[in-house]
Amino acid sequence: MSELIDIIFNINNLTATIRMAVPIALAAMGGAFSERSGVVNIGLEGMMLTGAFTGVIACQISGSPWVGVLFAVIGGGLIAAIHAVLTVGLRANHVVAGVGINILASGTTTWLMQVIWKRKGTSDLVTGLGTWSIPVLRDIPVIGTVLGTHSPLVYISFTLIILGWVLMFKTPLGLRIRMTGEHPEAADTVGINVRAIRYFCVILSGCLAGLGGGYLSLAWLNWFSKDMSAGRGYMALAACIFGGWNPLKGLAASFLFSFTDAIQMRMQTSELRIATELVQMIPYILTILILAGAVVRSRPPAALGEHYESGQTSQ
Amino acid sequence: MSFRQEVSKYAYSAVAVIMALVIGGILIWASGYSVRDAYTNLFMGAFGGTYSLATTVLMATPLLFTGLSVAFAFQCGLFNVGAEGQLYAGAFTSAIVALALSPLPSVLRVTIALLAGAGAGALVGFLPGYLKAKLGAHEVITTIMLNYIAILFTTFLTKTYFKDPGPVDQTVLLPLGSRLPELISGTRVSLGVILGIVIVAFLNHVMRRTVLGYEIEVVGQNPRAAEYGGVNVSLRTVQAMMISGAVAGLAGSVEVLGTLYRFIPHFSPGYGFTGIAVAVIAGSNLWAVIPAALLFGALQSGGQTMQLFARIPMELMTTVQGLVILFVAAPALGNIILRLKNRAQEGGAQK
Repeated sequence: MSELIDIIFNINNLTATIRMAVPIALAAMGGAFSERSGVVNIGLEGMMLTGAFTGVIACQISGSPWVGVLFAVIGGGLIAAIHAVLTVGLRANHVVAGVGINILASGTTTWLMQVIWKRKGTSDLVTGLGTWSIPVLRDIPVIGTVLGTHSPLVYISFTLIILGWVLMFKTPLGLRIRMTGEHPEAADTVGINVRAIRYFCVILSGCLAGLGGGYLSLAWLNWFSKDMSAGRGYMALAACIFGGWNPLKGLAASFLFSFTDAIQMRMQTSELRIATELVQMIPYILTILILAGAVVRSRPPAALGEHYESGQTSQ
Repeated sequence: MSFRQEVSKYAYSAVAVIMALVIGGILIWASGYSVRDAYTNLFMGAFGGTYSLATTVLMATPLLFTGLSVAFAFQCGLFNVGAEGQLYAGAFTSAIVALALSPLPSVLRVTIALLAGAGAGALVGFLPGYLKAKLGAHEVITTIMLNYIAILFTTFLTKTYFKDPGPVDQTVLLPLGSRLPELISGTRVSLGVILGIVIVAFLNHVMRRTVLGYEIEVVGQNPRAAEYGGVNVSLRTVQAMMISGAVAGLAGSVEVLGTLYRFIPHFSPGYGFTGIAVAVIAGSNLWAVIPAALLFGALQSGGQTMQLFARIPMELMTTVQGLVILFVAAPALGNIILRLKNRAQEGGAQK
């Protein structure tokens, strides 16, 4: 029992939680933007995977991990543009298009990896981003251990998430985005370009998921491996809902999910023979409970998943 | 849908497949392989000879069930993204039941194992159906979450209680009498594929000739009108999800009883998700699930041959599958979109 307590209350869990929450929180913020504008995005998984892949390619070609990060963002944004064209432009079913994006990304990245590196499981090793150690912060006891030394992308991501929250809730553009997802007819009436807003939000969601992917392949690891997003895109979707389509609350949800993940990983290496699968199930069970209204009620944008043509009368 | 519309819809699906293969060909060419070599092997691997055809059928069998599962939920305007999880529930339950019933005669054993698998799938389908009907929780999200829960939980049970003594996490091998008989000897094509076709026929009958089917269709087309017309929408929603779950559960049962002969955690390469692709191509016609499943089975078996002889990684076929979905998704989904939209409106009315 005391060993179990050691596992759960180990300070390194918190450091690991921070590290593991980043890609989920970024993609969750992407999901929040996309869905707040009215477009369901279960393609986050494929967008993250694409970002991880394009990031490594660009890093290997240029030799610079920062160029890699840039292309991770671009790669995620490009595949999200496909989703946007299909769902906003061609009125495809959002879920079908998302499933297609995920299958397309999984097949294409794995295939290209084998074509380029002639290997089945992983790419070549590329230059990683290294770590930043923040002066002052790193010297504070406990907090310094948890927050003081991380990949630069950790700090950049947290900043982006705060900026994303400001954009969504404190700016006119954010108001327009939320209005588009709640009531596209009303938004249209006051002169908001519903299609443009949706295109912008879906592509932004891909950029963010792609950055999360770049974090996986350039900061966490220094290579690309087959299907390396490993369900984090779906986990991000859960965090997005759990956080009520709010980037900051999505970050909090990502921390919660990552914490269970950190404990689970510690259990795997410990002497204790507890099946880690039960711990891994926690985030998914929590999300279902949330959706069932058992913990707190979380309501999706009213027009989520619906198509809208300008000038169309109330459906 | 008129006959003419139906024909043009399938013509478009065929065009989508051809477009996807053309883009695949461009990718092959751009990577410096021979396109002719690749596609000759793909075709021969899928259709060239008894063994190839058997492999195609083998690969198509789980997709027949998962495709039907998703297509049936579509009839009620529901999107079952959880076929993957339901498949695991069915696969695991069938394996355990088939092992536990060893004293019984073979026919009885296999039949009960299949029923148990369908029951487990139905149970996993019940939850999202119930949450949707009673609380308005969107089935897409709940089924995705249940996929992970089912996969993790069956892995946990296998490791903890039902592990084969060997080094690998899996159940023990099923005795001969607990397996589905082979349909073509020397291949692993089992009676499961016949069962799949029978269930397609049965559910088609349910949709066309029974009150249950009629009401499911009405709910799918316009839930609000259905409610006014005296249909119990909640009940029909739950029933449709349970039937959909049962069929997906059978996909797992048939894999375990007819092909793998044991439960192996994480055995499915995404049959539940490919089932969505199958259902999207089949559209509103349940019979069309059969050729759609065969198409995806052919891509898999042909892909293996292509990898073996032309040395082109078979993941390219996954890319082609993704492209097929994206091409079909856009214009040809009119019918399903209409249903899901009506469904969403009804959700809006409840708030």
